[in-house]
Amino acid sequence: MSRLIGGAAAPESATPVDPDLLLRVTALDKRYGDFFACRDISFDLYPGEILGIVGESGSGKTTLLNCLSGRLEPSSGRIEYATRTHGLTDIFELSEPERRLLMRTDWGVVHQNPRDGLRLDITAGGNIGERLMMVGARHYGEIRHAAEDWMGRVELDLARIDDAPKTFSGGMQQRLQIARNLVSAPRLVFMDEPTGGLDVSVQARLLDLLRGLVRDMGVAAVIVTHDLAVARLLADRLMVMRRGTVVEAGLTDQVLDDPHHPYTQLLVSSVLQV
Amino acid sequence: MSGKTTTSSGGVEAETYNFAYLDEQTKRMIRRCILKAVALPGYQVEFGGREMPLPYGWGTGGIQVTAAVIGADDTLKVIDQGSDDTTNAVNIRRFFARTTGVATTEATDAATIIQTRHRIPEATLRDSQILVYQVPQPEPLTFLEPRKEETRKIHAYAEYGVMHLKLYEDVARFGRIASTYAYPVMVNERYLMSPSPIPKFDNPKMDAMPALQLFGAGREKRIYAVPPWTTVRSLDFDDHPFDIETWEEACALCGAGESYLDEVILDDQGGKMFVCSDSDFCQRRREAGHTGAMSDDPRAAVIGGDAAPESAAS
Repeated sequence: MSRLIGGAAAPESATPVDPDLLLRVTALDKRYGDFFACRDISFDLYPGEILGIVGESGSGKTTLLNCLSGRLEPSSGRIEYATRTHGLTDIFELSEPERRLLMRTDWGVVHQNPRDGLRLDITAGGNIGERLMMVGARHYGEIRHAAEDWMGRVELDLARIDDAPKTFSGGMQQRLQIARNLVSAPRLVFMDEPTGGLDVSVQARLLDLLRGLVRDMGVAAVIVTHDLAVARLLADRLMVMRRGTVVEAGLTDQVLDDPHHPYTQLLVSSVLQV
Repeated sequence: MSGKTTTSSGGVEAETYNFAYLDEQTKRMIRRCILKAVALPGYQVEFGGREMPLPYGWGTGGIQVTAAVIGADDTLKVIDQGSDDTTNAVNIRRFFARTTGVATTEATDAATIIQTRHRIPEATLRDSQILVYQVPQPEPLTFLEPRKEETRKIHAYAEYGVMHLKLYEDVARFGRIASTYAYPVMVNERYLMSPSPIPKFDNPKMDAMPALQLFGAGREKRIYAVPPWTTVRSLDFDDHPFDIETWEEACALCGAGESYLDEVILDDQGGKMFVCSDSDFCQRRREAGHTGAMSDDPRAAVIGGDAAPESAAS
């Protein structure tokens, strides 16, 4: 299902466009004055593939994710996404309504803080159903059925479907957020620290769930995390970031088991062995 | 052009306010906004709302719209909750009588301009009439999306699916669409619009209405419009279609079975009556000989008479 195109994410502007390609990032920069939040980042992503972005705090991971998901315009470089109708298109050359449509149908964004990604005063069922209604679902029974289905798939108690997420625990909110994003069967999901702020046992369950869902649906994902265990468990490929640049990229096991760059070596060796 | 000029229109004393209170430049500005609003049915046009000599929430938006469209040969009717003799209606009517000298009326069919709060008259309006609504909150999305920048984008790109979230919540919590006022409508199949706090009972009357409908929101400084014969569709679900309020009772005074009824408390012993909220409609039916269950009740005489009914929404 997932196609692993191994190796580092070297700039490859001259290569012919692969028809299977889902997302292509070329020489992306994001500057704030003289400061580079992201510098010269290039990579390809294929359908069903999961890319992990790891690095220390302040290394530009979230800025990169915000650029990729169309919420922050890069200073230079191209982000091309294979839309269902037009093929590979620069997302910032799309008109704003086209981009917004893309963001709520083909894409999903799972925020680090579920409060950013959920409507806390709207019931869980409404949160899941929103995307369906946004694309034209007008049959209450069908929306309700999809919401119930997804409550089950993310292991939320069906009895809570009419409760507002502000009464949910952090782990439940995070699972609801995932359901809310996956209900529209997106092809690409961006996740920013999906397990951040959760205790270890909840983290493990969430990761298990996430891995199952992503694999079952064949959805591609870009996951930002500072937790190497999360990366190991979920990601096919890994990019290690430091000070806005990618210092090392490759297959997850390859990067973690045989780190080449001194910073990666430091990062891997700094993980507590239990 | 200045605030006070001498007008020659009938009966108005020398040295008084400009015709219809507002200065001519302001009225011209508001008329431009009205033209734009009519050209884009349901679109909220921002306008430079003025301070009016009454508080926000009492009809400052509606008054400014009326002031901009009223002429010396117009006949004005003002209703509040359907009634011509509530405080708000009486004062606005008197305000325009004093500042314009135009004729005022309580008869729906005699009026050329009807300013309203909360109701559309029961009688069918004509294409020579203008209905002016007083609107407290023009933005239908405000409770789902408080950011003005974002709601403007939603309107611009017609991303109105989110409005159904409110209807979903109603059905999930109450088993039916429980919103009864400010029920969102789609105008001309393009712009989502809040019909101001009229009961959803009146929503079907907005659809293809012969009269011009103008909406003025004073605090929010927005004007919007529904031109004559424009489609106005109330949002709903396929399996929970839009419906209007119904009552088991008929009007206790005129016996009307298909008008919007107010529940009026009569005493402390649980006595109550249902009576038409449109006082002119009720009056006309009684004059035509219709009677209701309490027509002869002395307590009902106060309600049906000249005294202002203390109406409570059901």
